[in-house]
Amino acid sequence: MTAAPSSSARAKPARPRSGPGGQNAPRGNAVLKRIAFGVGGVLLLVVLWELYKALGPASGVVVGDLTILPRTTDLAMPHVWDMIGRLFGETGSGRNAQPVWLAVAQAAVFTLGVAAVGWVAGVAVGLLLAVLMQRFRTAESAVLPWIILSQTVPLIAIAPLVRRWGSQLEFGDFTWENWMSVAVIASYLAFFPVSIGALRGLNSPDAIHVELFRSYGVGWWKTLFTLRLPASVPYLLPALRLAAANAVIGTVVAEVSIGLRGGIGRMIIEYAQQASGDPAKTWAPIFGAIAVGLVAAGFIALLGVLLRRYRRGEVPA
Amino acid sequence: MSEASAASAVEVAALQVTGVDKIFTGKKKATITALEKIELTVAPGEFVSLIGPSGCGKSTLLRLIADLDTPTTGTISVFGKTARQARIDQEYGIAFQQAGLLPWRTVTANIELPLELHGVGAAARKARSAELLSLVGLSDFAESYPDQLSGGMQQRVAIARSLAESPRLLLMDEPFGALDEMTRERMQTELVRVTAETGAAVVFVTHSIPEAVYLSNRVVVMSPRPGRIRDILTVSLGSASERTEQLRENEAFFENVSKVRELLHGEAPVGIRGVETR
Repeated sequence: MTAAPSSSARAKPARPRSGPGGQNAPRGNAVLKRIAFGVGGVLLLVVLWELYKALGPASGVVVGDLTILPRTTDLAMPHVWDMIGRLFGETGSGRNAQPVWLAVAQAAVFTLGVAAVGWVAGVAVGLLLAVLMQRFRTAESAVLPWIILSQTVPLIAIAPLVRRWGSQLEFGDFTWENWMSVAVIASYLAFFPVSIGALRGLNSPDAIHVELFRSYGVGWWKTLFTLRLPASVPYLLPALRLAAANAVIGTVVAEVSIGLRGGIGRMIIEYAQQASGDPAKTWAPIFGAIAVGLVAAGFIALLGVLLRRYRRGEVPA
Repeated sequence: MSEASAASAVEVAALQVTGVDKIFTGKKKATITALEKIELTVAPGEFVSLIGPSGCGKSTLLRLIADLDTPTTGTISVFGKTARQARIDQEYGIAFQQAGLLPWRTVTANIELPLELHGVGAAARKARSAELLSLVGLSDFAESYPDQLSGGMQQRVAIARSLAESPRLLLMDEPFGALDEMTRERMQTELVRVTAETGAAVVFVTHSIPEAVYLSNRVVVMSPRPGRIRDILTVSLGSASERTEQLRENEAFFENVSKVRELLHGEAPVGIRGVETR
């Protein structure tokens, strides 16, 4: 999922002038190659899974009392084709039964929505904190340790707190809903990389640039918007990608610990409870979670393409 | 020098540095005297080079003039204003050793940066940047990005940018220091032409003797620890139009080069007290 942004960085020198001209053929090949490697990686994983399942001992590899490789029974390791096949089966036998893939897709969209709200809130808070810390040295020394400490608090511990505080909020017609608690927790995980990355980015302009702006006699705000924010983009994009991944993980975990229905997190628990009878079904919401992560990463890659003008100096990683 | 011109020179001196000391306080209260008793006057339209070994405080002096740092004692006035006021009023343009272009802006947008920051309208900006681009000979590269240009071209963009607001004073801190010798000589010729066309006074920091002699009306020779002005040499090599490439082969050019060299190496100069012979 990191292939797209790095490829756009690598194509840097020829970019503004490269139309649909002659260079397209080698670039097209490179893209094909990249896709082939991506697909190959997934296939390799499938092959390893099936190979171990076929050749490994049924009771798993045990050293002393320690199981270091899982059992290879259908219960512990269903066939890959069973997992995929199960996606196209029904969720149950009741009246509300629908194809599993549809249920997973609906849950994934729900989770993605909550994660997106959390991501936006987290990015906003992270950026604000970074700007504050850039502006005031004292703010940096006062706030930065707390930002780092905040990430050592386990998610499980804050989820019930957020929910209880939220339920006490009331103004006008507004009522706090559970999905908002989940979004808050997602933003709690998302703001961290943004604040750290943005602070580094905002401080990244060379002394010569800062002095140039000083020589122009322009104030801090103008310098922020014309110099510091554009210069921070190369630092911000990886931070935003991390924040997106964190927001998705935060949403899934918080859905579980708050007990929010409708999302992937709850679905993972529900389907896991049916694992003894229907082991392949357990994997359906996990695929859903992966899809949500891929969509989130793809969105950031798109953002990187839109902002590529600000990444000209960037050395391809 | 007639009285009238003397009076006007005092009134509108492009730069007047009076009794400036600069002392840096390091860790454990160790102090470094970077500049001591600096006196310097630059007339409008005059090209003055600061030359000296590393650590003689020539860049520090330039930074004080640009109000990027403040003197410990003494005063600096630029066109009769304090350095701070002159900076706010955009009385000077500045260029550093690195071009310092913003990589996400095209050449045009980089040149227009100071104009944009000071609220000049788009049409006026466009006209000015086109004018400056042709002045530095980069009209074909208007829409290129800095990373597509060579070092010399980037430096020309930086010079165009420093000229954007038609400053009456240009401050340049070794702007050609990172260039190869051939590019450097071409840039020097261009700079002489450009400053002649704009009529700006220039304070030019360098540690190349031929560069200082070729460009300047006066060469200020500085000595290190503490940074002092050792001597000021008036170079009379004719007006800008006479300063062509042939000048580099000229007898008078070499004479001035060796004079500056003698001053730099601290040998007693014979009869070339620059200030008095003006």
